[in-house]
Amino acid sequence: MGRQPIHPRPGSAFSLGSKLAVAAPYLWLLGFFLVPFLIVVKISLSETAIAQPPYTPVLDVAAGWQGIRDFVAGLSFANYITIAGDDLYVFSYLKSLKVAAVSTALLLLCGLPLAYAMARAPRSVRPLLVTLVVLPFWTSFLIRVYAWINILQRDGLLNQALLWLGLIDQPTTWLATDTAVYIGLVYSYLPFMVLPLYASLEKLDETLLEAAADLGCPRWRAFFVITIPLALPGLGAGALLCFIPIVGEFVIPDLLGGSDAAMIGQTLWTEFFANKDWPVASAVAVVLVVLLVAPISVYQYLQTREIEGRPRGRPRGGRRGGP
Amino acid sequence: MRRMSFTNLVALALGLAFLYAPIAILIIYSFNGSRLVTIWGGWSTRWYTALIEDRAMIDAALASLGIAIVSAALATVLGTMAALALTRLRFRGRLPFAAMVYAPLVMPEVITGLSLLLLFVAIDLDRGFFTIIIAHTTLTMCFVTVIVQSRLVGFDRSLEEAAMDLGCPPGRTFFAITLPLIMPAVIAGFLLAFSLSLDDLVIASFTTGPGATTLPIRIYSEVRLGVKPEINAVCTIFITVVAVAVIAASLIGKSRDRGRGLALTT
Repeated sequence: MGRQPIHPRPGSAFSLGSKLAVAAPYLWLLGFFLVPFLIVVKISLSETAIAQPPYTPVLDVAAGWQGIRDFVAGLSFANYITIAGDDLYVFSYLKSLKVAAVSTALLLLCGLPLAYAMARAPRSVRPLLVTLVVLPFWTSFLIRVYAWINILQRDGLLNQALLWLGLIDQPTTWLATDTAVYIGLVYSYLPFMVLPLYASLEKLDETLLEAAADLGCPRWRAFFVITIPLALPGLGAGALLCFIPIVGEFVIPDLLGGSDAAMIGQTLWTEFFANKDWPVASAVAVVLVVLLVAPISVYQYLQTREIEGRPRGRPRGGRRGGP
Repeated sequence: MRRMSFTNLVALALGLAFLYAPIAILIIYSFNGSRLVTIWGGWSTRWYTALIEDRAMIDAALASLGIAIVSAALATVLGTMAALALTRLRFRGRLPFAAMVYAPLVMPEVITGLSLLLLFVAIDLDRGFFTIIIAHTTLTMCFVTVIVQSRLVGFDRSLEEAAMDLGCPPGRTFFAITLPLIMPAVIAGFLLAFSLSLDDLVIASFTTGPGATTLPIRIYSEVRLGVKPEINAVCTIFITVVAVAVIAASLIGKSRDRGRGLALTT
């Protein structure tokens, strides 16, 4: 934002192409992201009806002002009262937040050593390591979860290995437990945690660590006093990039988890597909977004700063290092 | 460069083993001759031959491919436009625009899916392949924007300025200079959009209609009933295709970069 062009470029202001570049994606996102969400809000304030579409009131624009007045008068908060009063929903939200918090912490524990080791690896092998971490992410999410079913099922490889090692006497149930959900989540989201962490650790000026060592600071202490604080932006971005989608996660708890305590994504899915209660499903979605507004805003702030603030701190081309 | 410490090597080895072991096991078991997925019955390709006769699975795979190609192409065009708008232009409503670009990246899929479905119902649009394409374009264009934007931010504009000083019109400057320079990011964006679309289960489940079954929807309905060797085979083919595509793309990107570096320095 602080950058001023050296001299004004002709045509860069409001040429036809520039207008199109703004208008096309803007209109697309308005039409297919913002408006749909407003419809969700509207339907969450409607009442369930046995009809197609299964909700009332329907906004009747043709009826003019009277139509709008009827519409507003028909709005009700009944769905939100239902959600707040029913333990099923409240527990579902709490469970989702708990699972997301615990798995984000686990992801940090697993991701930090990996990202740190990648950033300390010889410069020549770093691109290969990044590719190796990203590659599983390119293969299907569903397939990666499915791969764990193979391993975790009752006569699966994990139990076979543990039996063979003599650690257990009879097969343990892994599938349909919270442990399985955590394994699946950590496995699937690991690249999202490692890459932002790696990006900020890689930029770390090693002379700072050398200076600390010269002044007699032990290495473990330098890690906590220098490395971690400087990696905080990446750490924050990684944590949010995992936490937010995990709260609404559906596939992993559905395939690996038990049926006793559903996460909110599953509850929404059931409400919509099995119970066909669109207004309640919409209200569940709206409350979920409200819960996530704070983390999403922080994430957007970090994202904007990361992308748009990059040239300020560093000379151009400085990231690549040597010649 | 000093050598890596022992702990760092262990962290790398464990991390990569954790990431790759399940996939390796899946691939190995797809060649298992036994119908019981947990008992090893010798090497066999019978599940692959069984797959060729599974018409429903092949149709689903073709549908997924078509949707992924079309939506990734749309998303690449729109996402690149959005990246140019965000890095180059000042316009009213820039802040809400940026918010709308970054929000779908982290928005839980169930919400994106539900809201798009309710839109399609509200405007009375028949659901099917077309609606899945719209939904996937909306989701994936934001990923394209982020990738292209990060390339545009570190972009040396002196070449563009030189072209314009020499009287090249803005439109031509864009296609002759800017676009080729950001091409690696655009291609990476396309590939990411393609693989996200190919992979998506939740949003496709919400926005699909009668008769439009994608590969993930098909796999999901099978997986819910338990592990099947045929699914192992489908997954192995999927993984192979993606791995080959990604490695090829990164090799192409590298040789292009190297070629350009030479062209610019000599």
